[in-house]
Amino acid sequence: MLRLAQIGAQVGEWFDRRLQLAAPIRAVAEHPVPRNTASWWYVFGSAALTVFMLQLVTGILLALIYVPSAGEAWSSLQALNHDVTLGWFIRALHGWGSNFMVGIVLIHMVQVFLFGAYKFPRELTWIVGVFLLLLTLGMAFSGQVLRFDQDAYWGLGIGASIASRVPILGPAIVKLMLGGPIIAGATLSRFFALHVFVIPGMLIAFVAVHLLMVIKLGINEWPMPGRVVKRATYVNEYHELTKRSGAPFVPYAVWKDMFFAAFVLLAVAACAVYFGPFGPSGMPDPTVIQTAPKPDYFFLWLYGLLSYLPPSMETPALLIGPVVAIGFLVLLPFLSGEGEKSWRRRPIAVLTVLLIAIILGTLTHLAGYTPWSPHMNAWSGDPVPDKFLRGTTALERQGALVFQSKQCRNCHSLGDLGGQRGPALDTVAVRLTQDQLIRQVIQGGGNMPAYGKNLSPAETTALVAFLQTLHPAGQTPARNAARDIVLDNQDRRPDPQRQ
Amino acid sequence: MPSENDISRRGLFMKLGIFFNGLVATALAVPIVGFLLSSITRGRRAGYLSWVPLGPVSEFPEGETRLATFRNPYVTPTDGKTVDTACWVRRVEGDQFQVFAVNCAHLGCPVRWFPQSGLFMCPCHGGAYYRDGSRASGPPERGLFEYPYKVTNGLVTIQAGELPTPGSSTALLLGKKPPCSA
Repeated sequence: MLRLAQIGAQVGEWFDRRLQLAAPIRAVAEHPVPRNTASWWYVFGSAALTVFMLQLVTGILLALIYVPSAGEAWSSLQALNHDVTLGWFIRALHGWGSNFMVGIVLIHMVQVFLFGAYKFPRELTWIVGVFLLLLTLGMAFSGQVLRFDQDAYWGLGIGASIASRVPILGPAIVKLMLGGPIIAGATLSRFFALHVFVIPGMLIAFVAVHLLMVIKLGINEWPMPGRVVKRATYVNEYHELTKRSGAPFVPYAVWKDMFFAAFVLLAVAACAVYFGPFGPSGMPDPTVIQTAPKPDYFFLWLYGLLSYLPPSMETPALLIGPVVAIGFLVLLPFLSGEGEKSWRRRPIAVLTVLLIAIILGTLTHLAGYTPWSPHMNAWSGDPVPDKFLRGTTALERQGALVFQSKQCRNCHSLGDLGGQRGPALDTVAVRLTQDQLIRQVIQGGGNMPAYGKNLSPAETTALVAFLQTLHPAGQTPARNAARDIVLDNQDRRPDPQRQ
Repeated sequence: MPSENDISRRGLFMKLGIFFNGLVATALAVPIVGFLLSSITRGRRAGYLSWVPLGPVSEFPEGETRLATFRNPYVTPTDGKTVDTACWVRRVEGDQFQVFAVNCAHLGCPVRWFPQSGLFMCPCHGGAYYRDGSRASGPPERGLFEYPYKVTNGLVTIQAGELPTPGSSTALLLGKKPPCSA
């Protein structure tokens, strides 16, 4: 045993004489870190790196089977799911790994922001981190394209539609992005090149620079309220802190990173086993249009936002929004490079994070059930509930039929079933008078199409008669008092034409 | 003693070396950039657009809107199913047609035709269009994209070949209606 250890040491020495890496590695591992940074709050960066490595390994494994050809990619994914031993598991690991990576990178960013770690002298570390976030999102989008199914195909169409709005250069950018005039073989090939060579290469390079700076500049100390960053004194203060109360990174702080990394890997694997791989959904056949494409969860907020922006604001928001957002993130360390680090003394920073989190969370939640989209099958699939038909006249029942057959139901719900694009009509008779109902149906307005050309007068009469029955029991429908008076007078006044 | 302005033999060769590498790099950059941008330049020179048949006029009853499919005129060997494209054909009357792209004018999702209500509806963000392709409601800024068509020898033919997007040349050509034209 002792002899084996001796041989091992000798072999190690032989290599180190030539590589000369042991000393620098030891220096990095044992560099002193402020004692209070050995915290569970500081584990997200290393966790992101761990998931990235998982993605590299599983990505290479998938590339053993996957065929980046528009004609065969979908079938090769099916083979991975069903034919290749444990292919489904590797796909599930890679898919869940991507979800975890986006999530952990975002948490890491929020933590760094709230702990003021982007301030002097770590401005460049933050900026490189911003680009790492963008590259991660680039990986997420291009990865979704490689899962070449209906969602990927129409998702590319959405990307092309956004790119085409760039003034003057739009059409050229679309052709460059698609590799031709349409979404086809060349499109998948170039997204494969981006996902497998270009972006991972940049990620590795940027991660290396990011880590180098973390080691050279030292890990951000735990922020204390009142301990203010000043350019002139910070570096000395930090060195004194690490000298006075520092501890070697290995093993003092690293064990928490290791525990959390293992926990994250376990969570990814558990999700992969329990939920399985993502898709692929239907074949990428553009002639099959019975599909409602949806992005993966990290872009759902954008999907929601695009539904709510008014048409006039959309193009400016799409083109200027990202520039402003990225510009702000890059400039942040220059706008507030000094001053308080502690979140306890930075209420606006905390509120900003909360506001953005609530906005993104709400949009993501809404995109889960897309209240802005018509329910394409509600008119034929969701019958008018019984309670709305009880005690109705023949005309009103005819109106209920018109209501279904003209697809009103696709946008308007009754009894909580049907589309949510327009208002629910359970009590519409309380809100609108007969005249207002007729006008709304025929002329549309307020985001409702005009149905004047698609309804005969008889159909309109029946439909409005039905809509007027939609009020709670014991509450009378809305009526126009002036109309009653006019009609009453007409009844009383002798009709001049009859005389 | 050489003055600061003097160029040494080694310094000269160093500069020449940099210059020579720059020259080669530039010479190589021309074909590399040409290759990278070929999908754009090819479209400009020959054009991706050409006339493709959709079928005989008799396949499209008057006053109705039917889904038709065609094969994109520009095909590469690895395209698979993606070159098969769908479009909505509305025969107004006689030889008068309207051929709409399935791609919503908002962000390109496939719109579906509902003959009962005379509307095209988009499943993504809720865009809706009337039977003549004009915008009815929702986020689109304009009506559906229309392909140029002609009827020759009883055959409906459209000019196609590019993905219709809000900025594409085909989109600028036809179907542009002022918002809220309804």
